[in-house]
Amino acid sequence: MALTESTDPLLQEITGPTPGQMLRKRVFGHQGLLFGGIVLGILLLVAIFAPLLAPHDPYAQSLMTRMEPPVFLGGTWEHPLGTDHLGRDYLSRLIYGARVSLMIGVIAALISGVIGTAMGVAAGYFGGRVDMVVTFLINVRLAMPVVLVALAVVAILGGSLQVVIVVLGLLLWDRFAVVMRASTLQVRGREYVAAARAIGASTPRVILSEIMPNIANNLIVVVTLEMAHAILLEAALSFLGLGVQPPTPSWGLMVSEGKNMMLFEPWLVLIPGAVLFLLVLAINLMGDGLRDVTAPDNRS
Amino acid sequence: MLTFILKRLGLAVLVALTVSFISFVLLFLAGDPAAALAGETASGEDIEAIRRLYGFDRPMLVQYVDWLYSAVRGDFGESYYFRLPVASLIAERLSVTMTLGVCGITFALLTAVPLGVAAAIRPNSIIDRVALFLSVAGQAMPSFWFGLILIVVFAIQLGWLPPSGASSPAHFIMPTIVLGYYAMPAIMRLTRAGMLEVLSSDYIRTARAKGAPEGRVLFRHALRNAIIPVVSLAAVQMGFMLGGSIVVESIFALHGAGYLAWESIARNDLPTVQALILVFSMFYIVFTFLADVLNAWLDPRMRSS
Repeated sequence: MALTESTDPLLQEITGPTPGQMLRKRVFGHQGLLFGGIVLGILLLVAIFAPLLAPHDPYAQSLMTRMEPPVFLGGTWEHPLGTDHLGRDYLSRLIYGARVSLMIGVIAALISGVIGTAMGVAAGYFGGRVDMVVTFLINVRLAMPVVLVALAVVAILGGSLQVVIVVLGLLLWDRFAVVMRASTLQVRGREYVAAARAIGASTPRVILSEIMPNIANNLIVVVTLEMAHAILLEAALSFLGLGVQPPTPSWGLMVSEGKNMMLFEPWLVLIPGAVLFLLVLAINLMGDGLRDVTAPDNRS
Repeated sequence: MLTFILKRLGLAVLVALTVSFISFVLLFLAGDPAAALAGETASGEDIEAIRRLYGFDRPMLVQYVDWLYSAVRGDFGESYYFRLPVASLIAERLSVTMTLGVCGITFALLTAVPLGVAAAIRPNSIIDRVALFLSVAGQAMPSFWFGLILIVVFAIQLGWLPPSGASSPAHFIMPTIVLGYYAMPAIMRLTRAGMLEVLSSDYIRTARAKGAPEGRVLFRHALRNAIIPVVSLAAVQMGFMLGGSIVVESIFALHGAGYLAWESIARNDLPTVQALILVFSMFYIVFTFLADVLNAWLDPRMRSS
């Protein structure tokens, strides 16, 4: 305790920076990670507190005030980002749209993460036939055109938030399986795994308390990548009219609805697309940053 | 080498069979194809007659084997909507999608490889940072949004390019950019990483030591080796891109196979959707197979695994 938290300059020189200090320095020295983390944090707060932040009901239509321009294009502060073709407040729909996107990203990545991690760790740890089967399944999954299959299944089951989340979750496990398999293979032969086996630890115990903690950093990176992937796919499906159905405020759907009026009111398309871009950019930057910060060979 | 090819080929066939089975099961569970065929006004007897006529009353496995047997011979049945053979319908649309795919991957390679090389020559320079920024931004850009922005700027505001259709080469410029930028980040990162690794190797030092001009060292010695994995990545990306062309084709109203897929899904045209899923996954399987064989041919170490 006294050693790790000491501020005595002499002692510090001898012991060097503590692991916590080194980590803090790496995190705060990484611009991408900081930017991504802050933007994602803000959007998360916006999503959580949407009912408090939104100035209007995102579903309330008003035929008297349709297609009002945003403030910076001569509109009023009553509707800071204007209104859409049904007179619904654009800012409120944007704020509630953050909920849709983040919910889809988080839950779909959770579902696919559980499936993919289980498959990848099993393949890497047991090897042999298990590995053959998992590798084959990964090949099959990669050969299936995601957009096409997702579109077809969502169309069959009927577009709703739950269906889109589950379909994406069941489709996007491939990268989890690939990365977790490779990471497990790397860790499997280490001495501490052999040591755990030698003292008689059961297989589940070896996997949960020896393997998992040591591949968790790679897992986090894939989680962020797949979150971004799921959010982009949902937006694309909704844009094509076969994802989340109106009147749900999904950013992809907003772009699609604004598309017809793009000629005269380009901001109807520009605003939701820009927010979508910002969210995915923030998640990707955070993923890249986490990889840089946690990778042992990048520590200097 | 031959054993490698045969083994890899066997795997490819097995993957194709599994994909076809999964997609068949998925669409089989979709609901009643007989009711879809008969239309909304049909009576129960009509639907029953159609069900017997098309053989929808048989067990699923029998129907699958039957469908597969015809599909192998190039017969994918008849489209519910167009009342035409699905195979000729797809063949007709495929040229647009293939053209788009080839243009897209060419665009991606022509922009990503020089950028990756330039970034690797001077790590942490301005070029490197710009390249990194482009790849990070490219990955986050929703392709449908990017496509719409291009339409607003280049077709509507500037009037340089046609907004939609496929009747002239100019129609393919914007779709090529939108489809190609999607594959760019991965290719650029791999080129950069490969060049960085190769440039620090012994034979490059030897080449420089014997006084070879820098341009020759970079392109004859370094790039030739760094490009090997990029070629196979490009083949895989090509397979992905053909599947991803649905979004691009729908934005620019290019009537290719992706557009057909979108229309057919919206119209509940199951035989067409079924065939398109198989065709798109076959493209991916063939391209990854070619990439693996190419890799094994260029790099003998790959043959053992």
